[in-house]
Amino acid sequence: MKNNPLIRRPWLHIRWWLVAVVIVSLYVWSFTGIEFSGIRENAGTVTVAILQGMISPDWDYVYLAEGEDLLRGMIDTLAIALLGTFISAFLCIPFAFWASTNMNRWKWSSGVGKFILSFIRTFPEIVMAIMFIKAVGPGAYAGILALGLHSIGMLGKLYAEAIEKIDRGPAEALLACGANRLQVLWYGVIPQVLPEFMSYTLYRFEINVRSATILGIIGAGGIGTPLIFALDSRNWSRVGIILLGIIITVSVVDIISNYVRRKIV
Amino acid sequence: MSPISVTPPPTNEGRSGDEGAPSMAKPSHTKSIMTAAFIIVLLWLSAERTDATLTQLVTGAPEMGKLLVEMFPPDWSYLTTIWAPMMETVQMAVLGTSIGALLAIPIALLASGNVTRSKWLYIPARLLLNLVRTVPDLLFAAIFVAIFGLGAVAGVAALILFSFGLISKLLYESIEAIDPGPLEAMTAVGANKLQWIRFGVIPQVTAQFISYLLYTFEVNVRAAGVLGLVGAGGIGLLLTRVLDQLRYDRACMIILLTLVIVLVIDYISYRVQEKLL
Repeated sequence: MKNNPLIRRPWLHIRWWLVAVVIVSLYVWSFTGIEFSGIRENAGTVTVAILQGMISPDWDYVYLAEGEDLLRGMIDTLAIALLGTFISAFLCIPFAFWASTNMNRWKWSSGVGKFILSFIRTFPEIVMAIMFIKAVGPGAYAGILALGLHSIGMLGKLYAEAIEKIDRGPAEALLACGANRLQVLWYGVIPQVLPEFMSYTLYRFEINVRSATILGIIGAGGIGTPLIFALDSRNWSRVGIILLGIIITVSVVDIISNYVRRKIV
Repeated sequence: MSPISVTPPPTNEGRSGDEGAPSMAKPSHTKSIMTAAFIIVLLWLSAERTDATLTQLVTGAPEMGKLLVEMFPPDWSYLTTIWAPMMETVQMAVLGTSIGALLAIPIALLASGNVTRSKWLYIPARLLLNLVRTVPDLLFAAIFVAIFGLGAVAGVAALILFSFGLISKLLYESIEAIDPGPLEAMTAVGANKLQWIRFGVIPQVTAQFISYLLYTFEVNVRAAGVLGLVGAGGIGLLLTRVLDQLRYDRACMIILLTLVIVLVIDYISYRVQEKLL
């Protein structure tokens, strides 16, 4: 390592030390900030109980004649995710055009659009769900609206990036032939971005299925409600079957969506 | 084969329109019509199932607007109260991300087909990763609260598992994409497996690993903000309280502070990645 350029420049050496000091103090600060004393003594037994619940799940819960079973819970969850994704796929389009640099005449305009999308993204869906429960009452509908609004943040950003990547050629050619703005958009822009839009929407659907499984924790529909009840009542075999249901459903959705996405693009 | 993606889907550079497609025949519309019909039926069934109607959506829209109006202006004076819990949230994210990242390194090596040559090792490893990633962070948190009791420890544990799933997936995909040249050269001069990994694999993925680490950290700061909803520490506890009191101006302040912190992290990781890549 004699010819290492780092050694010949001492100021670089100092900088690495500074970085190391910053990182170490970050960890010291983090470890001192968290209270590790509050762990329950029975943590071990509960863990074993949950694992046992997953090994010997409550199979009867998969289908109950009177309702409120795993199957219906999962269907609700999927329905919430589907509708939420659908709503956001449409609502985010104007935001996407607003935020893309090549569709705006002024730079600040797309900056404002990007900031709004970033702000929406920072609002967690679960917080939105709590607010919608206050507005439209508890149930799946609050969950749908929460997912629909929250997903605008990410989908809008991805859509905007897809728009920024388009080839200007077709649009310019259309303009040269005297097409109006709407025609340019419809024939010059949309066909180029549609496959990516669909791919991103499917990707967001995968995420929304995961999110929809937890919305029930605060009462916004789906499988989360029975799960949190089972956790609170320490019904571990039921926790086990619900977790299995979630894992299987999410995996299947992921596999299908990945397959379709690969076909599209 | 990676059925579950966690990163934004691969961008399709160079694929614009139908360039390179010689056939100018009009594509058949049957397939797209069938797909559209299928989606519409699915949406309709979902709407039936969840009792969501279009009229509800229209009446719901003003509610959305009302909430937004109530959030502004944010309650600036609340900043002093939320600063300490917000720092706890960041601390949780730091610990969760780092420990999760450390755990992710061995499993990512195990899951990459070019390091672990045996199918019997890397396929189960990937399966495990995919299973871990199906569970959302808040669900992990709810389970860990049942195990560890209320508090930040449960939140950190949830973030560890979540970061572990995310980073190991991203990392093993980068490892599989590395340049095989140095590896072959090392095999040729008789390096053992550990040397092979240390000098052949790690130098090629370090920069990417750090950028994944920073990305996960950002995701975790956002996620840690809501873990308090199930009692897993951090700012979420206050967030639930102000939402219960219908103090949306205060909720907005919490969100704004999260946004500022995320933007700062974003900026730092941008600068770090500029240096690295």
